[in-house]
Amino acid sequence: MGLCMTLDVARIRKDFPILDREVRPSVPLVYLDSAATSQKPAQVLDAMRDYYERHNANVHRGIHTLAEEATAIYEGTRAKVATFVNAASPSEVVFTKNSTEALNLLAHVLPFGPGDEVVVTEMEHHSNLVPWQLACQRTGATLKWIGLTDDGRLDLDDLDRVITDRTRVVSFVHQSNLLGTVNPVDVVVAKARSVGAYVVLDASQSVPHMGIDVQALGVDAVAFTGHKMLGPTGIGVLWAPLARLEEWPPFLGGGEMIDEVTMAGSTWAVPPHKYEAGTPPIAEAAGLGAAVDYLTDVGMDAVRAHEHELTAYALEQLQAVEGLRIIGPTTTEMRGGAISFALGTVHPHDVGQLLDERGVAVRVGHHCARPACLRYGVPATTRASVHLYTSTDDIDALVEGLRAVKAFFGA
Amino acid sequence: MSADSMYQEIILDHYRNPHHKGLREPYDAQVHHLNPTCGDEITLRVALDGDTVADVSYDSEGCSISQASASVLTDLVIGRSVTEAGKAYDAFVELMQSKGQLEPDEDVLEDAVAFAGVSKYPARVKCALLAWMAWRDAVVQASADMEGSTS
Repeated sequence: MGLCMTLDVARIRKDFPILDREVRPSVPLVYLDSAATSQKPAQVLDAMRDYYERHNANVHRGIHTLAEEATAIYEGTRAKVATFVNAASPSEVVFTKNSTEALNLLAHVLPFGPGDEVVVTEMEHHSNLVPWQLACQRTGATLKWIGLTDDGRLDLDDLDRVITDRTRVVSFVHQSNLLGTVNPVDVVVAKARSVGAYVVLDASQSVPHMGIDVQALGVDAVAFTGHKMLGPTGIGVLWAPLARLEEWPPFLGGGEMIDEVTMAGSTWAVPPHKYEAGTPPIAEAAGLGAAVDYLTDVGMDAVRAHEHELTAYALEQLQAVEGLRIIGPTTTEMRGGAISFALGTVHPHDVGQLLDERGVAVRVGHHCARPACLRYGVPATTRASVHLYTSTDDIDALVEGLRAVKAFFGA
Repeated sequence: MSADSMYQEIILDHYRNPHHKGLREPYDAQVHHLNPTCGDEITLRVALDGDTVADVSYDSEGCSISQASASVLTDLVIGRSVTEAGKAYDAFVELMQSKGQLEPDEDVLEDAVAFAGVSKYPARVKCALLAWMAWRDAVVQASADMEGSTS
């Protein structure tokens, strides 16, 4: 295990059963795809199993013991998440299916129409681009975007041109899943505020790795997802100030989100229930609560410091591979641990396939951020991404694998 | 299971030195196909001379499997009748759907037998089929145009 001053990685890895498995006989797993989804510690798996074995019931319905226990678990996670991101109240935390659903929700409820403009950036994941494209088609608003610089940053010189008095919403990513870039939230927020626009932040890649303070960010809404922060799939989070959740209309209709229903019409429950139609992901909430506890116990400062160290090491080692080009910032300044690159002329599919032969799991493709790939003139990239359980040994295995790929293709 | 079974020397040879690559005139139909999950793309042209596949030319970008597959395809279909070429197409599609369980017929598939190993990797079957699907599409269009012009 590589030396790490900030985190006992060897101890942490023991909590993640999957990291012990072999991909094939005598080929241990080297997992470097945490930006796609993180692995889960035993504590999360245990919490979900315990929920189904001992407490399974629907929430907010019925007064029997199990229903009350299930409700306590579900609402308990809401409170944990609120504390984790420093929300003013648990009522500001809405559970969704994932970040994508949270962003679609916002694209439906935020008020804009013909003549108005919605601004995104060229580095958005499709989940923070396509919902706004659809919303603009539906409402007659116009979609605009902030371009990128050659070194993988937002082109801030573009801000004054793109964000204008007609801008109603600015929605952008905190940390890019493709480039690893961490965007200067304060700069974009200041500009958006100066024209009175709502600000939405896609924090899918930042909450799991650096922790956030939603009140300090000064935005109107934040979206993130459970499965990238050691929790299960099927549960995501929308945070917004209570006043906003009260002001905006509902999104999905159904049970749970109503106050009074007649055949002629209905009134809405108070937030967050107003935005949680139907039976919610209860076992997933149990898992997410355990994931938040786990990250809180380790400490997000320690997680961040560990990943910063790993990213520095990975950037240095990768750039020592001849013919390798990083797509995104090449230093750790304002950067996270998702690193995309091109390896000479070898196609990412071939890179990923041969790395898999060695047990090294990376992501290849356009990473649901095709416009950014086009911007940098690559149809696809290979991406390695880290989490708190990643060690320098994992990076070494990657780099050794990349040298073998080059040798195989004579590149 | 090892990548050696996928990256056969024949495949690597076609990848490094693709046959019939580049877009040529004349042609009867041109199609553009892409694999949205990985960004592989191909523009492919077919020229028919009566019932004969006179030429297949293409411009493509993608992984070794998709590039080699296009090269192997052109070797197999250029100069053949549409019916004969169609048999090779059917045999190749069947091979790619076989999950490694089929012993390919070298008389029909020639160099394309090297792709048998690829059929064991579900994520890569699309790469191998990209050029073939494009060719099929172009032949159907070219044949339809021809019928339209003679009727």
